[in-house]
Amino acid sequence: MRIITRYLIEGILALFAVLLSTTIILLVSGAPPFAAYYYLFNGSLGSWTKLAQVIQVWVPLTLCASGLLYTFRIDLWNIGVEGQIMLGAVFTTAVLRIDAAKSMPILFIGLSLAAGIFGGAIWAVVAGFLKTKGGVNEIFAGLGLNFVGQGVILWLIFGPWHRPGIASMSGTELFPQKLWLPFYPALRLSPAGLVLAVAALVLTALFLRYTRMGLNLKAIGNNRDAAMLFGLKPDRYMIIAMIFAGGFAGLAGSVQAAGVYHRLLPAISSNYGYLALLVVMLSNYNVWITPLVAFFFACLNVGSIQLPMMLQLDSSLSGVIQGAFVLAALSVYAWRVRAKLTGEMAKDDGT
Amino acid sequence: MELDLAQLFAGVVAGAAPIVLAALGETITEKAGVINLSLDGTILLSAMVAFAVAFETNNILLGFILAAMVGAAVAAIVAFFSIYLNQSQVAVGFVLTLMTRDLAYFLGNPYSRLQGPQVLPLSIPLVKTIPFLGPVFFDQSLPVYFSLIMIAFCGGYVYKTPMGLHLRSVGERPLASYARGINPKKMQMVYSIGGGLLVGLAGATFSLCVKPGWGRPQGAEGTGWIALVLVIFGGWNPIKAAMGAYLFSFLQIVGIYCQQWLPGVPAQVFQVAPFPLMIFTLLVMSLAQKESVLNWAEDKPQMKSILAFLSGSMPSALGKPYRPE
Repeated sequence: MRIITRYLIEGILALFAVLLSTTIILLVSGAPPFAAYYYLFNGSLGSWTKLAQVIQVWVPLTLCASGLLYTFRIDLWNIGVEGQIMLGAVFTTAVLRIDAAKSMPILFIGLSLAAGIFGGAIWAVVAGFLKTKGGVNEIFAGLGLNFVGQGVILWLIFGPWHRPGIASMSGTELFPQKLWLPFYPALRLSPAGLVLAVAALVLTALFLRYTRMGLNLKAIGNNRDAAMLFGLKPDRYMIIAMIFAGGFAGLAGSVQAAGVYHRLLPAISSNYGYLALLVVMLSNYNVWITPLVAFFFACLNVGSIQLPMMLQLDSSLSGVIQGAFVLAALSVYAWRVRAKLTGEMAKDDGT
Repeated sequence: MELDLAQLFAGVVAGAAPIVLAALGETITEKAGVINLSLDGTILLSAMVAFAVAFETNNILLGFILAAMVGAAVAAIVAFFSIYLNQSQVAVGFVLTLMTRDLAYFLGNPYSRLQGPQVLPLSIPLVKTIPFLGPVFFDQSLPVYFSLIMIAFCGGYVYKTPMGLHLRSVGERPLASYARGINPKKMQMVYSIGGGLLVGLAGATFSLCVKPGWGRPQGAEGTGWIALVLVIFGGWNPIKAAMGAYLFSFLQIVGIYCQQWLPGVPAQVFQVAPFPLMIFTLLVMSLAQKESVLNWAEDKPQMKSILAFLSGSMPSALGKPYRPE
């Protein structure tokens, strides 16, 4: 009981700190804070169509976050997740552009999703091998590959895959409607993405908790040397974790290309990879809290679209709030550890 | 097209100024054992603040001062979380790099694409008439001169002064330096803030001098990551890191020329070219430390000197928060 009250107090304090800092930022920029909060809320949960948009953002966030749970478990910083989304979208687009696709839509939609997983995994494995074989820190390898992925997309859109007529930042030509992931026309929401995201989450939870491999990942992440003495090969497990992370991120890219935008466009990853890193951090690397945080972040993202229209503010406010939440959470965790330590010391003194 | 070498290199020196400042600042911070991963966002936020302040007050110096304070403040947050709260430096730095970037875009929105004040060129009389060296080094603006002076200052400070010795000892063996009467936590805090000041100035140098103005995108995006890689490239030696910045600036300008000479290659290739190059550099750096490669170079004097230049060791306590036992 005491622990629940404690968590509640911590949560309220963190929320208060975030609200206070956001309000100050809004006041500095000369915007009415309450109006801004109202539009953030109303713009994300105000109607069923808005909620459908939130879920549309929740799907790639959850997919990427599921993948990142594997890499965080083994203590890898997979910043390359952004590029892995892009490559997933590129591979999916490549499959859907094949001429034969129109005659066998179901087969090719399935193939395109598999290709997306493959594309994301390749990009992740490149970063993984740079780390294990080349000694290049995964943060810089991944980051470099993100920029390369962006370059690949731009080159494809302006080069080989440009629209008939004029190439533009609006992307490639739309896929034929037969090749779109099936969706509810009223909400423009594809249930396939939702199913895939939930499946990824459940699979990740089971894998990390109940399989030998999942346990080994954790063992290596916690104590690399001890795991090595135990006969585990950290390098091999790092690559395995990267394959999972890249595969899920690639699938997110597939869903964005085949189910949301129905084409390849330069901003296909929409920074969801970087955001997913924050989601997992704020969830304290817990599988079951991840989807809730992802939902909350998706609400902020969708709600902030209202800000430029209604208040002439930049929509990047959502990113500021999300970052503030993670920082507040990190301080809470630090405080918790400190309280525990001093508590133990007090106990030691008592005996 | 006529290629004027002096003009080309003057452009290299000017364009590298903010990168030099950021790389120097990060080198100092990392020498003390703290990684400040927030560079990319910090540079943008300080660039925005510098431009906004200079625009409102019409005082460029004030813009530089406040930008430096922004850089110091962000660095202080990273250092505080890691030194006093025992949180991962990488995690905090990464959150801050995204957050400060978004904050810059959010608060800077009203200043987008405005014509604002900028630093005027200030050539130094007499020496500017020296052929080649004159136009390259002495026909620049104040922030560029400042970046040149800071290279010498940081190099001298780290390797030639007692304070520099203390700085290095904290990054290498915090426990030992504690035994010698140095407070590692305090030193790490101080040098994080000091490095942050330089990073903030780098941002101001962008928005008030090298790429004047503010917008989304500003044009400084990605520089912070480059600076972080240059620290590794320089082997944690401020002077070598600065050389790396000039090399990078040179390649950037060569890229612009190449775009004119090779119209067949899409522009996007040149825009992302620095990044695979960055990975490749890190790969070579890491391989150069390997024993098998060193053995292979044993009887090749030229290769040996190249490897010696590339070698440089990371401060042993880098990224590991100091905890008194």
